[in-house]
Amino acid sequence: MSTGVPFNCAPIMERFGDKIDDLGVSHGVQVFAAPPELIVDLCRFLKDDSRLAFNFLSDICGVDHYPEMPRFEAVYHLYSLANKWRIRIKCRLGDPPLIPSVTGVWRTANWHEREAWDMYGIRFTGHPDLRRIYMWEGFEGFPQRKDFPLRGYRDKLNPFGAEGPPPTEPDLATKNIP
Amino acid sequence: MGSVGDAFRDSVLFTTADSIISWSRRSALWPETFGIACCAIEMIAAGCARYDLDRFGVVFRPSPRQSDVMIIAGTVTRKFAPVVRRLYDQMPEPRWVIAMGTCAISGGVYNTYAVVQGAETFVPVDVHVPGCPPRPEALMHGFLLLQEKIKKTRALAGTPLDRVGVP
Repeated sequence: MSTGVPFNCAPIMERFGDKIDDLGVSHGVQVFAAPPELIVDLCRFLKDDSRLAFNFLSDICGVDHYPEMPRFEAVYHLYSLANKWRIRIKCRLGDPPLIPSVTGVWRTANWHEREAWDMYGIRFTGHPDLRRIYMWEGFEGFPQRKDFPLRGYRDKLNPFGAEGPPPTEPDLATKNIP
Repeated sequence: MGSVGDAFRDSVLFTTADSIISWSRRSALWPETFGIACCAIEMIAAGCARYDLDRFGVVFRPSPRQSDVMIIAGTVTRKFAPVVRRLYDQMPEPRWVIAMGTCAISGGVYNTYAVVQGAETFVPVDVHVPGCPPRPEALMHGFLLLQEKIKKTRALAGTPLDRVGVP
């Protein structure tokens, strides 16, 4: 996973040991499970603690475990440039999924969280500008959820889609089609 | 012949208006400089020195208002379809559309919520050029087919452009 000093999770367990679970090493990356209300404090500690210095947020992604409950999950991948360590934090979320935003910790979280909102409908409370990032304004539904049909809903532009509510048009220009 | 015949001997030819109009149209097909995905790379190659589309009078133009042909070269996403439609609407008539590649023809492998299942669903397509992506020769063949189509269009007789078949 890295060269140099091996990852030591003692500072994390010392501070948050009673609130987070150590899920062991998966695919060469240490994994923790944390409750969503702890995420901002945990992230700030991981970034600011000089022994850890996880100053780079690689990714935030969503997971839909449908029909399992709790249904959703937010996954954070962090990297420490100084120590060359990676860790992964997983938060299980209910339905509707709510979690505090970490944009105050890493500014790059802004677009990652917009992506998770766009695709999974995970609402990040405290996000400064939680708009869709891939799909157009006015699109309804969250396409990466397991109950969203992969082929989309049938309409003029998509004759092979599933029966259901058609997505709203991205722009008025397409309304001129004869 | 008298003096009038001598005066016009070397500079007069007889043709029909339809023939000369379609000849001029098909001999200067100016496509938009506009590519969406990997097909655009083949389109660029077709325009460069090795394949040299210029020799057919096909010269890429930087504005839809100066163009006769739109080559839809790539995957059209639903978010981008209105932009493609607007580019089409900005072209002066007569105008033609070439759907280049499997994605532009049918959505290709991207049978998903995000991709338009064929450019035919939002613009009238004259020529389909299959391939993934099509080689430059295939695009050249598409242009030759389009020229054949224009050749058979009777401009003055008012044959609707979309009713003219391709051989």
